[in-house]
Amino acid sequence: MSLDDLYREVILEHYRHPRNKGEIADAEIDLLQNNPLCGDEVHLFVKVMDGRIADAEFLGQGCSISQASASMMTEMLEGKSLEEAKALATAFGEMMQGTLSPDASALGELLALQGVRMYPVRIKCAVLAWETLQKGLQNYQVKVSKGG
Amino acid sequence: MSIDVAAIRKDFPLLARTVNGKPIVYLDNAATSQKPQCVIDALCQFYQASNANVHRGIYALSEEATLLYETSREKVARFIGAPSPRSTVYTRNTTEAINLVSHAWGRLNLKAGDEVLITEMEHHSNIVPWLLLCQETGATLRSLPVTEDGLLDLSELDSLLTERTRLFAVTQMSNVLGTINPVRELVAKAHAVGALALVDGAQSVPHLEVDVKEMGCDFFAFSAHKMLGPTGIGVLYAREELLEKMGPFLGGGEMISEVYLDHATWKDIPWKYEAGTPNFADAVAFGVAIDYLEKIGMKAVRQHEKELTAYALRVLENVGGVKVFGPPDAVRRGGVVSFWMEGVHPHDLAQVLDTEGVCIRAGHHCAQPLMRRLRVPATARASFYLYNTRDEIDVLVGGLKKATELFGHVPG
Repeated sequence: MSLDDLYREVILEHYRHPRNKGEIADAEIDLLQNNPLCGDEVHLFVKVMDGRIADAEFLGQGCSISQASASMMTEMLEGKSLEEAKALATAFGEMMQGTLSPDASALGELLALQGVRMYPVRIKCAVLAWETLQKGLQNYQVKVSKGG
Repeated sequence: MSIDVAAIRKDFPLLARTVNGKPIVYLDNAATSQKPQCVIDALCQFYQASNANVHRGIYALSEEATLLYETSREKVARFIGAPSPRSTVYTRNTTEAINLVSHAWGRLNLKAGDEVLITEMEHHSNIVPWLLLCQETGATLRSLPVTEDGLLDLSELDSLLTERTRLFAVTQMSNVLGTINPVRELVAKAHAVGALALVDGAQSVPHLEVDVKEMGCDFFAFSAHKMLGPTGIGVLYAREELLEKMGPFLGGGEMISEVYLDHATWKDIPWKYEAGTPNFADAVAFGVAIDYLEKIGMKAVRQHEKELTAYALRVLENVGGVKVFGPPDAVRRGGVVSFWMEGVHPHDLAQVLDTEGVCIRAGHHCAQPLMRRLRVPATARASFYLYNTRDEIDVLVGGLKKATELFGHVPG
């Protein structure tokens, strides 16, 4: 494994120029999660309209892997239904566990993060944004089902 | 008073290995140190030739093991200037030693309205036991702040250390900033208000000459594994009369004198605090680590590390975007250098350095309150020992430059 396999150009590019860096005041999903072990932080904002993600933004600080992963995630979320978003998060989790699902092509440029798998302590950096998303979706659906 | 680093390095087999095809540059000594062959041999030798449970058998082998175990305790006591081996209790590590005090002394002596004073630069092991103790007893935990320069803010001491303070728990040397605290003065200040003083020596004993009697502290805790010894063995020094008065810590075999079904009496100190089969094999090897350090001399160790630290501070200053934390002067600090590199998160930095064979620590270093004070989520930390060289610091700096090239400068 060389550094280039971990720090693929697309990852570095997202780290240097994060997409969707900002907040959404009236977001349906507004959740801050951190990784206490290393201080990585992702604050995710998702605007849901008619069951679809109209906008996704994030604020955060941390290593290149955690922040690039968040940037790539927000970019891919826009326009997706909540079910699609959930499926994408599941697929990403499977990729990081090494049990890549057959429809991996849906992961697109996220596949660049595969190299992280070779560095077990960094996996939690890559999945932070995605775990935030999963938890946010869960909270949102509980809220909706309670009629809130 | 210089040391022959090339000769010393030959004593440490691990330093001959490579990592990612590069010679290892081990700069994580504040986390744990490497072991000389004589310590590794002592461990094997004990199991090969002297292994038996201590303080039990009426047979020669057990007596031999007991003698080795207790001789090692004598070495430990002498090494830190303790008046007697009776005042040195074996624990698993520094953390357990501090917890021993919070349980066996704290629960007997603290009540609501009392205060425990710590500092903002403590390791979690000198914070959390006191948090727990205060939660349980209703006492209040206070903390002495740290200045921008990474020193204790002594201007606040008189308002924080009062007649309500029962214990002042402070590190002799910060595991993040390297700051060497004026513990002798701090202990005297604590005593002046009637408080006891506990000094965390995990980072100091491996690198400095320590004399607990001169320091005057009531409790002193440290670990073997940071000072060339094995893991799983640490020490609590405490003044004998405190050890006599305090309750036992863990209960079980080895720590009792007589046991009935409705009461029990305790063994004499220090064994009263060593319940269960102790870690005698590691204790014996720890004694050999102390022999090794004494042969080289702690003054020489300190001198070598002071020079390395001064060199590291100088060269790091010239690396673009690097901010070093802690006192700018190597006289006030041990061989621990924490820094932040603009645009490169410490984890990414550690990863890049790893490909160069360089082992540094990245993270909060079990000092989250201090990270908040420094206003960083984490730092990169290089920490030195007697076997490190200037060349290794140059390799570190080369790695930092490589990281800058890879990540570029990221604004904000």
